[in-house]
Amino acid sequence: MREVKLRSPLQFMLVGIVLLYAGGLIIAPIAAIVQGAFGKGLDGLFAALTEPDVIHAFQVTLFLSIIAALVNLVAGVVLAWVLVRHQFPGKRLLSALVDAPFIISPVIIGYVLIVLFGRQGWINIPGIQIAFALPGMLIATIIVSMPFVTREVMPVLANLGPEQEEGAYTLGANRWLTFWRIVLPEIRWSLLYGLALTFARALGEFGAVVVVGGAIQGYSESATVYVFRALNDRNKIGAYGVSIVLALLSVVLLMGMEQFKRRPKTLDVIQEEVQDVDFIGTSN
Amino acid sequence: MAELSVSTESLKPSVKSGSAVRFQIPYGTWGLRFAALCYLTACVIIPLIVIHVEGFRYGLDVFIQSVTRPAALRAVGLTLWTSALMTVINVIMGTLTAYVLVSYKFPGKAILNTLIDLPFAIPTLVTGVMLVLLYGPQTAIGGFFETQLGIRILFAPPGIVLALLFISYPFVVRTVQPVLMQLDVDQQEVAYTLGASPLRTFRRVILPAIRPAIITGGLLTFARALGEFGSVVIVAGNIPMRTQVASVYIYAQVEAGDMQAASGVSVILLLIAFGITLGVDFLQRRNPTHA
Repeated sequence: MREVKLRSPLQFMLVGIVLLYAGGLIIAPIAAIVQGAFGKGLDGLFAALTEPDVIHAFQVTLFLSIIAALVNLVAGVVLAWVLVRHQFPGKRLLSALVDAPFIISPVIIGYVLIVLFGRQGWINIPGIQIAFALPGMLIATIIVSMPFVTREVMPVLANLGPEQEEGAYTLGANRWLTFWRIVLPEIRWSLLYGLALTFARALGEFGAVVVVGGAIQGYSESATVYVFRALNDRNKIGAYGVSIVLALLSVVLLMGMEQFKRRPKTLDVIQEEVQDVDFIGTSN
Repeated sequence: MAELSVSTESLKPSVKSGSAVRFQIPYGTWGLRFAALCYLTACVIIPLIVIHVEGFRYGLDVFIQSVTRPAALRAVGLTLWTSALMTVINVIMGTLTAYVLVSYKFPGKAILNTLIDLPFAIPTLVTGVMLVLLYGPQTAIGGFFETQLGIRILFAPPGIVLALLFISYPFVVRTVQPVLMQLDVDQQEVAYTLGASPLRTFRRVILPAIRPAIITGGLLTFARALGEFGSVVIVAGNIPMRTQVASVYIYAQVEAGDMQAASGVSVILLLIAFGITLGVDFLQRRNPTHA
Protein backbone atom coordinates (compact mmCIF):
# COMPACT_ATOMS: atom_id res chain seq x y z
CA MET A 1 0.00 0.00 0.00
CA ARG A 2 1.02 3.59 -0.53
CA GLU A 3 1.01 6.37 2.03
CA VAL A 4 -1.20 9.32 1.19
CA LYS A 5 -1.66 12.71 2.80
CA LEU A 6 -4.84 13.26 4.77
CA ARG A 7 -7.59 14.77 2.63
CA SER A 8 -11.11 13.73 3.45
CA PRO A 9 -12.83 14.26 6.82
CA LEU A 10 -13.12 10.49 7.16
CA GLN A 11 -9.35 10.14 6.99
CA PHE A 12 -8.84 12.88 9.58
CA MET A 13 -11.37 11.18 11.78
CA LEU A 14 -9.68 7.76 11.52
CA VAL A 15 -6.27 9.19 12.41
CA GLY A 16 -7.83 11.18 15.24
CA ILE A 17 -9.50 8.09 16.69
CA VAL A 18 -6.25 6.12 16.61
CA LEU A 19 -4.22 8.93 18.19
CA LEU A 20 -6.81 9.40 20.92
CA TYR A 21 -6.99 5.68 21.59
CA ALA A 22 -3.21 5.22 21.75
CA GLY A 23 -2.85 8.37 23.83
CA GLY A 24 -5.53 7.33 26.30
CA LEU A 25 -4.45 3.73 26.49
CA ILE A 26 -0.67 4.17 26.68
CA ILE A 27 0.42 7.77 27.31
CA ALA A 28 -2.08 8.55 30.08
CA PRO A 29 -0.99 5.68 32.36
CA ILE A 30 2.69 6.51 31.79
CA ALA A 31 2.06 10.15 32.63
CA ALA A 32 0.16 9.09 35.74
CA ILE A 33 3.03 6.99 37.08
CA VAL A 34 5.63 9.68 36.40
CA GLN A 35 3.48 12.18 38.26
CA GLY A 36 2.96 9.70 41.10
CA ALA A 37 6.64 8.89 41.52
CA PHE A 38 7.58 12.56 41.80
CA GLY A 39 4.73 13.18 44.24
CA LYS A 40 7.17 13.87 47.07
CA GLY A 41 9.72 15.56 44.88
CA LEU A 42 13.07 14.32 43.65
CA ASP A 43 14.39 13.93 47.19
CA GLY A 44 11.50 11.69 48.21
CA LEU A 45 12.04 9.53 45.14
CA PHE A 46 15.77 9.34 45.78
CA ALA A 47 15.23 8.37 49.40
CA ALA A 48 12.76 5.66 48.38
CA LEU A 49 15.13 4.24 45.79
CA THR A 50 18.14 4.06 48.12
CA GLU A 51 16.44 2.01 50.83
CA PRO A 52 18.40 -1.18 51.58
CA ASP A 53 15.46 -3.39 50.57
CA VAL A 54 15.20 -1.62 47.22
CA ILE A 55 18.89 -1.94 46.51
CA HIS A 56 18.79 -5.60 47.45
CA ALA A 57 15.75 -6.16 45.25
CA PHE A 58 17.49 -4.59 42.27
CA GLN A 59 20.58 -6.70 42.93
CA VAL A 60 18.42 -9.83 42.89
CA THR A 61 16.68 -8.72 39.68
CA LEU A 62 19.95 -7.89 37.92
CA PHE A 63 21.50 -11.16 39.02
CA LEU A 64 18.51 -13.16 37.77
CA SER A 65 18.26 -11.22 34.50
CA ILE A 66 21.94 -11.38 33.62
CA ILE A 67 22.30 -15.10 34.29
CA ALA A 68 18.99 -15.88 32.57
CA ALA A 69 19.99 -13.82 29.54
CA LEU A 70 23.38 -15.54 29.28
CA VAL A 71 21.93 -19.05 29.68
CA ASN A 72 19.23 -18.35 27.13
CA LEU A 73 21.74 -16.75 24.78
CA VAL A 74 23.93 -19.85 24.57
CA ALA A 75 21.19 -22.46 24.81
CA GLY A 76 18.89 -20.45 22.52
CA VAL A 77 21.46 -20.36 19.72
CA VAL A 78 22.06 -24.10 20.07
CA LEU A 79 18.32 -24.77 19.98
CA ALA A 80 17.80 -22.47 16.98
CA TRP A 81 20.68 -24.17 15.21
CA VAL A 82 19.32 -27.66 15.82
CA LEU A 83 15.77 -26.69 14.85
CA VAL A 84 16.87 -25.03 11.61
CA ARG A 85 19.84 -27.09 10.42
CA HIS A 86 19.11 -30.59 11.66
CA GLN A 87 16.51 -32.88 10.16
CA PHE A 88 14.64 -35.20 12.48
CA PRO A 89 11.08 -36.35 13.05
CA GLY A 90 9.08 -34.29 15.50
CA LYS A 91 10.94 -31.13 14.55
CA ARG A 92 7.74 -29.29 13.71
CA LEU A 93 6.23 -30.09 17.09
CA LEU A 94 9.39 -29.03 18.90
CA SER A 95 9.50 -25.75 16.97
CA ALA A 96 5.93 -25.08 18.06
CA LEU A 97 6.84 -25.84 21.68
CA VAL A 98 9.47 -23.10 21.69
CA ASP A 99 6.66 -20.55 21.92
CA ALA A 100 4.93 -22.31 24.81
CA PRO A 101 6.42 -20.09 27.57
CA PHE A 102 4.64 -17.17 25.87
CA ILE A 103 1.23 -18.65 26.54
CA ILE A 104 1.82 -20.64 29.73
CA SER A 105 0.90 -18.33 32.58
CA PRO A 106 4.01 -17.38 34.60
CA VAL A 107 2.08 -18.34 37.75
CA ILE A 108 1.80 -21.88 36.38
CA ILE A 109 5.57 -21.99 35.81
CA GLY A 110 6.17 -20.91 39.39
CA TYR A 111 3.67 -23.47 40.60
CA VAL A 112 5.37 -26.26 38.63
CA LEU A 113 8.69 -25.40 40.26
CA ILE A 114 7.04 -25.57 43.70
CA VAL A 115 5.64 -29.00 42.82
CA LEU A 116 9.09 -30.13 41.70
CA PHE A 117 11.28 -28.54 44.35
CA GLY A 118 8.96 -27.53 47.20
CA ARG A 119 8.76 -29.07 50.66
CA GLN A 120 7.07 -32.29 49.56
CA GLY A 121 8.47 -31.86 46.06
CA TRP A 122 9.31 -34.55 43.53
CA ILE A 123 12.99 -33.66 43.57
CA ASN A 124 14.93 -33.04 46.75
CA ILE A 125 18.59 -32.22 46.57
CA PRO A 126 20.03 -32.29 50.09
CA GLY A 127 21.84 -29.11 51.01
CA ILE A 128 20.49 -27.03 48.13
CA GLN A 129 17.37 -25.01 48.63
CA ILE A 130 15.72 -24.36 45.24
CA ALA A 131 12.14 -23.35 45.96
CA PHE A 132 11.71 -20.22 48.10
CA ALA A 133 15.27 -19.24 47.19
CA LEU A 134 17.27 -17.71 44.38
CA PRO A 135 17.94 -20.93 42.39
CA GLY A 136 14.21 -21.50 41.93
CA MET A 137 13.69 -17.88 40.90
CA LEU A 138 16.54 -18.21 38.43
CA ILE A 139 15.03 -21.33 36.84
CA ALA A 140 11.67 -19.55 36.63
CA THR A 141 13.24 -16.50 34.99
CA ILE A 142 15.12 -18.65 32.48
CA ILE A 143 11.92 -20.47 31.49
CA VAL A 144 9.72 -17.41 31.02
CA SER A 145 12.35 -15.57 28.96
CA MET A 146 13.35 -18.63 26.99
CA PRO A 147 11.78 -18.18 23.52
CA PHE A 148 13.26 -14.81 22.49
CA VAL A 149 16.80 -15.68 21.38
CA THR A 150 15.66 -18.81 19.57
CA ARG A 151 12.79 -16.98 17.86
CA GLU A 152 15.02 -14.10 16.73
CA VAL A 153 17.84 -16.29 15.45
CA MET A 154 15.81 -19.02 13.69
CA PRO A 155 14.57 -16.96 10.71
CA VAL A 156 18.02 -15.46 10.10
CA LEU A 157 19.64 -18.88 10.17
CA ALA A 158 16.98 -20.24 7.84
CA ASN A 159 17.55 -17.37 5.42
CA LEU A 160 21.30 -17.76 5.58
CA GLY A 161 21.19 -21.25 4.12
CA PRO A 162 23.94 -23.81 4.70
CA GLU A 163 25.92 -22.94 1.52
CA GLN A 164 28.47 -20.60 3.11
CA GLU A 165 29.06 -22.98 5.98
CA GLU A 166 29.54 -25.86 3.59
CA GLY A 167 31.98 -23.71 1.65
CA ALA A 168 33.94 -23.10 4.83
CA TYR A 169 33.97 -26.82 5.66
CA THR A 170 35.22 -27.59 2.15
CA LEU A 171 38.04 -25.12 2.66
CA GLY A 172 39.02 -27.07 5.77
CA ALA A 173 37.53 -24.92 8.52
CA ASN A 174 36.25 -26.85 11.51
CA ARG A 175 32.80 -26.29 12.99
CA TRP A 176 33.93 -23.93 15.68
CA LEU A 177 35.86 -21.71 13.28
CA THR A 178 32.97 -21.79 10.82
CA PHE A 179 30.57 -20.71 13.53
CA TRP A 180 32.75 -17.83 14.68
CA ARG A 181 33.74 -16.58 11.25
CA ILE A 182 30.73 -17.35 9.06
CA VAL A 183 27.62 -17.82 11.15
CA LEU A 184 28.11 -15.49 14.09
CA PRO A 185 28.74 -12.32 12.02
CA GLU A 186 25.50 -13.01 10.17
CA ILE A 187 23.32 -13.63 13.19
CA ARG A 188 24.92 -11.14 15.58
CA TRP A 189 22.21 -8.43 15.29
CA SER A 190 19.33 -10.78 15.76
CA LEU A 191 21.29 -12.38 18.58
CA LEU A 192 21.77 -9.03 20.31
CA TYR A 193 18.14 -8.13 19.82
CA GLY A 194 17.04 -11.49 21.19
CA LEU A 195 19.37 -10.95 24.14
CA ALA A 196 17.85 -7.52 24.83
CA LEU A 197 14.32 -8.95 24.67
CA THR A 198 15.32 -11.78 27.01
CA PHE A 199 16.88 -9.36 29.47
CA ALA A 200 13.90 -6.99 29.39
CA ARG A 201 11.46 -9.86 29.92
CA ALA A 202 13.56 -11.18 32.82
CA LEU A 203 13.70 -7.71 34.44
CA GLY A 204 9.94 -7.47 34.50
CA GLU A 205 9.07 -11.03 35.45
CA PHE A 206 6.76 -11.20 38.41
CA GLY A 207 4.26 -14.09 38.50
CA ALA A 208 6.74 -16.94 38.32
CA VAL A 209 9.31 -15.50 40.74
CA VAL A 210 6.76 -14.43 43.33
CA VAL A 211 5.29 -17.93 43.44
CA VAL A 212 8.51 -19.92 43.49
CA GLY A 213 10.52 -17.41 45.51
CA GLY A 214 7.91 -17.05 48.23
CA ALA A 215 8.48 -13.26 48.41
CA ILE A 216 10.67 -13.36 51.51
CA GLN A 217 11.48 -9.77 52.36
CA GLY A 218 15.13 -8.86 51.85
CA TYR A 219 15.92 -12.35 50.61
CA SER A 220 13.94 -13.78 47.69
CA GLU A 221 12.54 -10.40 46.75
CA SER A 222 13.19 -9.14 43.23
CA ALA A 223 12.34 -5.60 42.12
CA THR A 224 8.86 -6.55 40.88
CA VAL A 225 8.13 -8.49 44.06
CA TYR A 226 9.25 -5.43 46.04
CA VAL A 227 6.77 -3.28 44.09
CA PHE A 228 4.00 -5.72 44.97
CA ARG A 229 4.85 -5.60 48.68
CA ALA A 230 5.31 -1.82 48.67
CA LEU A 231 1.84 -1.42 47.16
CA ASN A 232 0.31 -3.62 49.85
CA ASP A 233 2.23 -1.71 52.55
CA ARG A 234 1.01 1.59 51.07
CA ASN A 235 4.64 2.62 50.50
CA LYS A 236 3.56 4.50 47.39
CA ILE A 237 6.72 6.35 46.42
CA GLY A 238 8.73 3.14 46.76
CA ALA A 239 6.30 1.22 44.55
CA TYR A 240 6.07 3.93 41.88
CA GLY A 241 9.79 4.71 41.94
CA VAL A 242 10.92 1.11 41.50
CA SER A 243 8.23 0.66 38.82
CA ILE A 244 9.54 3.63 36.87
CA VAL A 245 13.14 2.46 37.09
CA LEU A 246 12.12 -1.00 35.85
CA ALA A 247 10.07 0.42 32.98
CA LEU A 248 12.81 2.87 32.00
CA LEU A 249 15.47 0.16 32.01
CA SER A 250 13.57 -2.11 29.65
CA VAL A 251 12.19 0.65 27.43
CA VAL A 252 15.61 2.26 26.97
CA LEU A 253 17.16 -1.14 26.34
CA LEU A 254 14.63 -2.16 23.70
CA MET A 255 14.31 1.22 22.00
CA GLY A 256 18.09 1.50 21.89
CA MET A 257 18.39 -1.92 20.29
CA GLU A 258 15.69 -1.01 17.80
CA GLN A 259 17.58 2.10 16.73
CA PHE A 260 20.78 0.13 16.55
CA LYS A 261 19.10 -2.44 14.39
CA ARG A 262 17.66 0.16 12.04
CA ARG A 263 20.82 2.18 11.45
CA PRO A 264 22.61 0.76 8.42
CA LYS A 265 26.33 1.42 8.70
CA THR A 266 28.11 -1.13 6.64
CA LEU A 267 27.20 -3.18 3.64
CA ASP A 268 26.63 -6.35 5.64
CA VAL A 269 24.19 -4.54 7.93
CA ILE A 270 22.26 -3.36 4.88
CA GLN A 271 22.23 -6.87 3.48
CA GLU A 272 20.97 -8.14 6.79
CA GLU A 273 18.14 -5.62 6.78
CA VAL A 274 17.17 -6.76 3.32
CA GLN A 275 17.01 -10.27 4.73
CA ASP A 276 14.86 -9.05 7.59
CA VAL A 277 12.43 -7.56 5.12
CA ASP A 278 12.40 -10.81 3.19
CA PHE A 279 11.59 -12.66 6.35
CA ILE A 280 8.58 -10.48 7.09
CA GLY A 281 7.39 -11.02 3.57
CA THR A 282 7.67 -14.78 3.51
CA SER A 283 6.60 -15.76 6.98
CA ASN A 284 3.80 -13.39 7.69
CA MET B 1 13.60 -38.90 26.81
CA ALA B 2 11.35 -40.82 24.45
CA GLU B 3 11.64 -38.25 21.69
CA LEU B 4 15.41 -38.31 22.02
CA SER B 5 15.72 -41.97 21.14
CA VAL B 6 13.31 -41.54 18.26
CA SER B 7 15.26 -38.65 16.82
CA THR B 8 18.66 -40.31 17.08
CA GLU B 9 17.34 -43.53 15.51
CA SER B 10 16.05 -41.78 12.47
CA LEU B 11 19.07 -39.53 12.18
CA LYS B 12 21.11 -42.16 10.42
CA PRO B 13 19.82 -41.76 6.88
CA SER B 14 20.27 -37.99 6.95
CA VAL B 15 23.83 -38.37 8.18
CA LYS B 16 24.60 -40.74 5.34
CA SER B 17 23.15 -38.45 2.76
CA GLY B 18 24.76 -35.36 4.33
CA SER B 19 28.20 -34.04 3.57
CA ALA B 20 31.30 -36.07 4.34
CA VAL B 21 32.48 -33.57 6.91
CA ARG B 22 29.36 -34.06 8.98
CA PHE B 23 29.83 -37.80 8.90
CA GLN B 24 33.34 -37.51 10.28
CA ILE B 25 32.29 -35.76 13.49
CA PRO B 26 28.85 -37.00 14.34
CA TYR B 27 29.49 -36.68 18.09
CA GLY B 28 29.35 -32.89 17.86
CA THR B 29 26.07 -33.05 16.00
CA TRP B 30 24.58 -35.50 18.46
CA GLY B 31 25.88 -33.56 21.42
CA LEU B 32 24.38 -30.37 20.06
CA ARG B 33 21.06 -32.02 19.39
CA PHE B 34 21.05 -33.61 22.82
CA ALA B 35 21.81 -30.26 24.47
CA ALA B 36 19.06 -28.50 22.51
CA LEU B 37 16.50 -31.16 23.37
CA CYS B 38 17.48 -31.12 27.04
CA TYR B 39 17.00 -27.34 27.12
CA LEU B 40 13.59 -27.55 25.48
CA THR B 41 12.61 -30.49 27.68
CA ALA B 42 13.58 -28.72 30.88
CA CYS B 43 11.95 -25.41 29.96
CA VAL B 44 8.74 -26.59 28.31
CA ILE B 45 8.08 -30.32 28.23
CA ILE B 46 8.70 -31.07 31.92
CA PRO B 47 6.47 -28.21 33.14
CA LEU B 48 3.68 -29.38 30.84
CA ILE B 49 3.99 -32.96 32.05
CA VAL B 50 4.16 -31.93 35.72
CA ILE B 51 0.97 -29.86 35.45
CA HIS B 52 -1.00 -32.68 33.89
CA VAL B 53 0.33 -35.38 36.20
CA GLU B 54 -0.41 -33.18 39.19
CA GLY B 55 -3.84 -32.24 37.86
CA PHE B 56 -4.96 -35.85 37.33
CA ARG B 57 -3.03 -37.33 40.24
CA TYR B 58 -6.10 -38.27 42.25
CA GLY B 59 -8.19 -39.29 39.29
CA LEU B 60 -10.70 -37.64 37.02
CA ASP B 61 -13.34 -37.23 39.72
CA VAL B 62 -11.10 -35.16 41.96
CA PHE B 63 -9.99 -33.15 38.95
CA ILE B 64 -13.57 -32.36 37.96
CA GLN B 65 -14.41 -31.57 41.57
CA SER B 66 -11.50 -29.14 41.80
CA VAL B 67 -12.40 -27.25 38.63
CA THR B 68 -16.13 -27.10 39.35
CA ARG B 69 -15.82 -25.33 42.68
CA PRO B 70 -17.78 -22.08 42.43
CA ALA B 71 -14.69 -19.88 42.92
CA ALA B 72 -12.78 -21.79 40.21
CA LEU B 73 -15.66 -21.60 37.75
CA ARG B 74 -16.11 -17.90 38.43
CA ALA B 75 -12.39 -17.24 38.00
CA VAL B 76 -12.20 -19.09 34.67
CA GLY B 77 -15.42 -17.46 33.51
CA LEU B 78 -14.17 -13.97 34.39
CA THR B 79 -10.89 -14.65 32.61
CA LEU B 80 -12.67 -15.90 29.50
CA TRP B 81 -15.14 -13.05 29.12
CA THR B 82 -12.74 -10.21 29.94
CA SER B 83 -10.17 -11.70 27.54
CA ALA B 84 -12.81 -12.10 24.84
CA LEU B 85 -14.03 -8.52 25.25
CA MET B 86 -10.46 -7.25 25.16
CA THR B 87 -9.81 -9.29 22.00
CA VAL B 88 -12.82 -7.80 20.21
CA ILE B 89 -11.82 -4.21 21.06
CA ASN B 90 -8.18 -4.91 20.33
CA VAL B 91 -8.92 -6.46 16.95
CA ILE B 92 -10.96 -3.44 15.88
CA MET B 93 -8.58 -0.78 17.23
CA GLY B 94 -5.44 -2.72 16.32
CA THR B 95 -6.58 -3.16 12.73
CA LEU B 96 -7.55 0.50 12.51
CA THR B 97 -4.17 1.52 13.93
CA ALA B 98 -2.31 -0.67 11.46
CA TYR B 99 -4.43 0.69 8.60
CA VAL B 100 -3.83 4.31 9.59
CA LEU B 101 -0.08 3.71 10.02
CA VAL B 102 0.24 2.10 6.62
CA SER B 103 -2.08 4.35 4.63
CA TYR B 104 -1.65 7.93 5.79
CA LYS B 105 1.04 10.51 6.36
CA PHE B 106 0.37 12.58 9.44
CA PRO B 107 2.31 14.43 12.11
CA GLY B 108 3.19 12.28 15.12
CA LYS B 109 3.27 9.09 13.10
CA ALA B 110 6.81 8.14 14.18
CA ILE B 111 5.84 8.70 17.80
CA LEU B 112 2.74 6.55 17.40
CA ASN B 113 4.84 3.82 15.85
CA THR B 114 7.20 3.84 18.84
CA LEU B 115 4.33 4.08 21.30
CA ILE B 116 2.80 0.87 20.03
CA ASP B 117 5.89 -1.10 21.03
CA LEU B 118 6.03 0.32 24.56
CA PRO B 119 3.70 -2.31 26.07
CA PHE B 120 6.17 -4.98 24.88
CA ALA B 121 8.87 -3.34 26.96
CA ILE B 122 7.01 -2.25 30.09
CA PRO B 123 6.80 -5.03 32.72
CA THR B 124 3.16 -6.03 33.13
CA LEU B 125 3.29 -5.49 36.88
CA VAL B 126 4.29 -1.90 36.18
CA THR B 127 1.33 -1.65 33.80
CA GLY B 128 -0.90 -2.58 36.72
CA VAL B 129 0.69 0.06 38.94
CA MET B 130 0.18 2.68 36.21
CA LEU B 131 -3.49 1.84 35.86
CA VAL B 132 -4.01 2.03 39.63
CA LEU B 133 -2.52 5.52 39.55
CA LEU B 134 -4.70 6.59 36.66
CA TYR B 135 -8.03 4.98 37.50
CA GLY B 136 -7.89 4.45 41.27
CA PRO B 137 -10.90 5.65 43.29
CA GLN B 138 -8.93 8.61 44.64
CA THR B 139 -7.81 9.88 41.24
CA ALA B 140 -9.63 12.38 39.09
CA ILE B 141 -10.66 9.94 36.38
CA GLY B 142 -11.45 7.02 38.68
CA GLY B 143 -13.36 9.30 41.05
CA PHE B 144 -15.38 10.78 38.20
CA PHE B 145 -16.39 7.39 36.87
CA GLU B 146 -17.29 6.10 40.31
CA THR B 147 -19.28 9.04 41.69
CA GLN B 148 -20.78 10.49 38.51
CA LEU B 149 -21.37 7.42 36.40
CA GLY B 150 -21.44 4.74 39.04
CA ILE B 151 -18.85 2.67 37.18
CA ARG B 152 -16.07 1.15 39.15
CA ILE B 153 -12.93 0.71 37.04
CA LEU B 154 -10.38 -0.56 39.50
CA PHE B 155 -10.93 -3.86 41.35
CA ALA B 156 -13.63 -4.57 38.79
CA PRO B 157 -13.87 -6.06 35.28
CA PRO B 158 -13.29 -2.73 33.41
CA GLY B 159 -9.83 -2.52 35.01
CA ILE B 160 -9.03 -6.06 33.90
CA VAL B 161 -10.07 -5.29 30.32
CA LEU B 162 -8.03 -2.05 30.33
CA ALA B 163 -4.93 -3.85 31.60
CA LEU B 164 -5.30 -6.58 28.99
CA LEU B 165 -5.86 -3.96 26.26
CA PHE B 166 -2.65 -2.17 27.27
CA ILE B 167 -0.45 -5.26 27.24
CA SER B 168 -1.95 -6.70 24.02
CA TYR B 169 -2.11 -3.55 21.88
CA PRO B 170 1.05 -4.33 19.85
CA PHE B 171 0.09 -7.88 18.93
CA VAL B 172 -2.74 -7.25 16.46
CA VAL B 173 -1.10 -4.10 15.07
CA ARG B 174 2.17 -5.84 14.37
CA THR B 175 0.48 -8.88 12.83
CA VAL B 176 -1.75 -6.89 10.47
CA GLN B 177 0.72 -4.13 9.54
CA PRO B 178 3.13 -6.19 7.37
CA VAL B 179 0.20 -7.76 5.49
CA LEU B 180 -1.31 -4.35 4.79
CA MET B 181 2.04 -3.05 3.59
CA GLN B 182 2.19 -5.77 1.00
CA LEU B 183 -1.30 -5.19 -0.35
CA ASP B 184 -1.61 -4.27 -3.95
CA VAL B 185 -2.48 -0.60 -4.46
CA ASP B 186 -3.95 -1.40 -7.87
CA GLN B 187 -6.93 -3.28 -6.53
CA GLN B 188 -7.96 -0.42 -4.30
CA GLU B 189 -7.53 2.09 -7.10
CA VAL B 190 -9.61 -0.04 -9.41
CA ALA B 191 -12.29 -0.19 -6.74
CA TYR B 192 -12.23 3.61 -6.36
CA THR B 193 -12.27 4.10 -10.13
CA LEU B 194 -15.31 1.88 -10.36
CA GLY B 195 -17.01 4.20 -7.91
CA ALA B 196 -16.75 2.23 -4.68
CA SER B 197 -16.78 4.26 -1.49
CA PRO B 198 -13.77 4.05 0.87
CA LEU B 199 -15.82 1.98 3.29
CA ARG B 200 -16.94 -0.40 0.58
CA THR B 201 -13.37 -0.67 -0.71
CA PHE B 202 -12.19 -1.52 2.77
CA ARG B 203 -14.88 -4.12 3.26
CA ARG B 204 -14.65 -5.79 -0.12
CA VAL B 205 -10.98 -5.39 -1.11
CA ILE B 206 -8.80 -4.83 1.95
CA LEU B 207 -10.61 -6.75 4.66
CA PRO B 208 -10.65 -10.13 2.84
CA ALA B 209 -6.89 -9.86 2.33
CA ILE B 210 -6.07 -9.07 5.94
CA ARG B 211 -8.73 -11.23 7.58
CA PRO B 212 -6.41 -14.22 8.24
CA ALA B 213 -3.83 -11.94 9.87
CA ILE B 214 -6.53 -10.33 12.01
CA ILE B 215 -7.84 -13.72 13.14
CA THR B 216 -4.34 -14.99 13.91
CA GLY B 217 -3.42 -11.85 15.83
CA GLY B 218 -6.72 -11.89 17.71
CA LEU B 219 -6.51 -15.53 18.72
CA LEU B 220 -2.90 -15.24 19.89
CA THR B 221 -3.80 -12.12 21.86
CA PHE B 222 -6.64 -14.03 23.50
CA ALA B 223 -4.42 -17.02 24.32
CA ARG B 224 -1.84 -14.79 25.98
CA ALA B 225 -4.40 -12.78 27.89
CA LEU B 226 -5.73 -15.95 29.54
CA GLY B 227 -2.53 -16.39 31.54
CA GLU B 228 -1.81 -12.73 32.28
CA PHE B 229 -0.97 -12.20 35.93
CA GLY B 230 1.24 -9.22 36.80
CA SER B 231 -1.05 -6.43 35.66
CA VAL B 232 -4.33 -8.11 36.55
CA VAL B 233 -3.40 -9.04 40.11
CA ILE B 234 -2.83 -5.32 40.77
CA VAL B 235 -5.84 -3.82 39.01
CA ALA B 236 -8.34 -6.56 39.89
CA GLY B 237 -7.18 -7.54 43.32
CA ASN B 238 -7.76 -10.93 44.79
CA ILE B 239 -11.39 -11.15 45.84
CA PRO B 240 -12.71 -14.70 45.25
CA MET B 241 -15.96 -14.93 43.29
CA ARG B 242 -15.72 -11.29 42.27
CA THR B 243 -12.46 -10.03 40.84
CA GLN B 244 -10.29 -13.11 40.92
CA VAL B 245 -9.20 -14.18 37.43
CA ALA B 246 -7.87 -17.66 36.74
CA SER B 247 -4.16 -16.88 37.12
CA VAL B 248 -4.79 -15.04 40.39
CA TYR B 249 -6.94 -17.97 41.55
CA ILE B 250 -3.99 -20.32 40.90
CA TYR B 251 -1.69 -17.96 42.78
CA ALA B 252 -4.07 -17.78 45.75
CA GLN B 253 -4.45 -21.57 45.88
CA VAL B 254 -0.68 -22.13 45.78
CA GLU B 255 -0.24 -19.59 48.58
CA ALA B 256 -2.93 -21.40 50.57
CA GLY B 257 -1.28 -24.76 49.90
CA ASP B 258 -4.25 -26.17 47.96
CA MET B 259 -2.22 -27.73 45.16
CA GLN B 260 -5.09 -29.78 43.73
CA ALA B 261 -7.19 -26.67 43.12
CA ALA B 262 -4.22 -24.88 41.57
CA SER B 263 -3.35 -27.69 39.18
CA GLY B 264 -6.96 -28.25 38.07
CA VAL B 265 -7.41 -24.67 36.90
CA SER B 266 -3.88 -24.69 35.42
CA VAL B 267 -4.81 -27.68 33.27
CA ILE B 268 -7.98 -25.93 32.08
CA LEU B 269 -6.10 -22.73 31.21
CA LEU B 270 -3.40 -24.63 29.35
CA LEU B 271 -5.89 -26.73 27.42
CA ILE B 272 -7.75 -23.63 26.22
CA ALA B 273 -4.56 -21.77 25.32
CA PHE B 274 -3.05 -24.72 23.46
CA GLY B 275 -6.33 -25.43 21.72
CA ILE B 276 -6.27 -21.90 20.37
CA THR B 277 -2.65 -22.08 19.23
CA LEU B 278 -3.41 -25.35 17.45
CA GLY B 279 -6.32 -23.57 15.76
CA VAL B 280 -4.01 -20.77 14.65
CA ASP B 281 -1.53 -23.30 13.34
CA PHE B 282 -4.31 -24.98 11.38
CA LEU B 283 -5.45 -21.64 9.91
CA GLN B 284 -1.92 -20.75 8.92
CA ARG B 285 -1.40 -24.03 7.16
CA ARG B 286 -4.68 -23.70 5.31
CA ASN B 287 -3.90 -20.16 4.27
CA PRO B 288 -0.11 -19.85 4.27
CA THR B 289 0.15 -16.73 2.12
CA HIS B 290 -1.63 -14.38 4.48
CA ALA B 291 -1.62 -15.68 8.00
